Amino acid sequence: MDALTQADLGLIGLIFVLLFTLLIIAFAPLLREDSGRTLPKRRLRDISAFTKLRGAINNSVEAGQRLHLTLGRGALVGMGSASALVGLSVLGRVAQTLSLGEKGPITTSGDGTLMILSQDTTHNTYSTAGVVEKYDPSDGQLSGLTPFSYASGTLPFIYDQDSTATVMAGHFGAEAALIADASENAGNLTIAGSDNLSAQAVLLVTANEPLIGEELYAAGAYTQAGDMHTASLLAQDVIRWTLVGVILLGILLKLIGIL
Amino acid sequence: MIGIIKRYILVGTAIIAGMVILLGYFIKLPAIDSARTILLNWAIILAAVALIIGLVNLLVVHSRKIIDKKSGNVYSVILLVSFTITLLVGLISGPTSQGSLWIFNNVQVPIETSLLGILAVVLILGAVRLLYRQPTSFSLIFMIAALVILLGTVSVPWINVSWLSSARSWITRVPVVAGARGILMGVVLGTVATGLRVLIGADRPYED
Repeated sequence: MDALTQADLGLIGLIFVLLFTLLIIAFAPLLREDSGRTLPKRRLRDISAFTKLRGAINNSVEAGQRLHLTLGRGALVGMGSASALVGLSVLGRVAQTLSLGEKGPITTSGDGTLMILSQDTTHNTYSTAGVVEKYDPSDGQLSGLTPFSYASGTLPFIYDQDSTATVMAGHFGAEAALIADASENAGNLTIAGSDNLSAQAVLLVTANEPLIGEELYAAGAYTQAGDMHTASLLAQDVIRWTLVGVILLGILLKLIGIL
Repeated sequence: MIGIIKRYILVGTAIIAGMVILLGYFIKLPAIDSARTILLNWAIILAAVALIIGLVNLLVVHSRKIIDKKSGNVYSVILLVSFTITLLVGLISGPTSQGSLWIFNNVQVPIETSLLGILAVVLILGAVRLLYRQPTSFSLIFMIAALVILLGTVSVPWINVSWLSSARSWITRVPVVAGARGILMGVVLGTVATGLRVLIGADRPYED
């Protein structure tokens, strides 16, 4: 069989993206509550991190304590941007609920664009909730620019702020262990997910609620950020099982000598 | 009304820019390529401006901490002094000058290396804590695999077991690669889904 050219690979990639987009757009209206939907209400498997996150948000509102989110070092122009966007969507949901309470969330990041977007997300959420006077620009801060300066700059927010939980969602490296360990020592609930395999490995041992693999990207669906999030989760499952089928078919064809 | 128009303009601009960048990856056309390069250059300039805003924010927050005499404000003083010195040395003699390199080699590198050392201790403690927190067979397998890889990598004089090196090699080549590929497949699908939600305007992190 001839090797695929660059143009062929480009075409396959484009078809893959188009198919993915169509699946998301097709599933979203079917999941809407008022649509007389044809899809049954999707049951999401239980991920204890998100159950505990909901509890931590409610506790923060009731006890008037803060919740600390740290969004990593993923610049928007780069590989870690998707995980950073997930972090921002979690921040939006957390800020929405905490706008009812005494204190809002405090956000740290290791990138300038992320810091601005975190401030913007908090401001928009408060503005929509009609409590814009609660907004303080220092609620979204840049804590450091290199991996370890970011980690050490984040530690005071865990120890000094009166927070109940630390949510780490974004692009981290091994330095994530220092943040997660500090949060554990402070007695906070630590929910942590990253797109980086090294970070996932260290978070598995240091965080009490690590998010492994695609679990981080399901955050929007689990925090009820909208039907599109649940639809994209459904589309991911369809694509995943298709890929698993293709891999198994490839193995079979190789075994019987066709490939 | 103005708000709605503003929103449409923002969403439209973001979608068009995202489409051009995405198409540039798949279709090799000179027009798309040059548009993509221009957009990426703009994004890099904006990221640099955002970095300056971030630094200003950092300085404002720490200055406020000193003025308000909050606890731990001595660290804010250290931060502001070291920031000013580093900035002045960089501005006067350049980022690759002897002065800048001295600061890098004698201040930043030792501090970051020390933190790397602390990280090793944190990970060992974390691994032991994992066994207490989740005393399952998976935690035990995780610990044993980590130990085999550690002992198979470093040369410890009194432990010279050849099979450790072969076991380490097998673990890193077979189960680690298989597991990593499975996890990466999930990460890639999640990344694509997140990007597509922004591209179709379902997620709007840029909204004002």
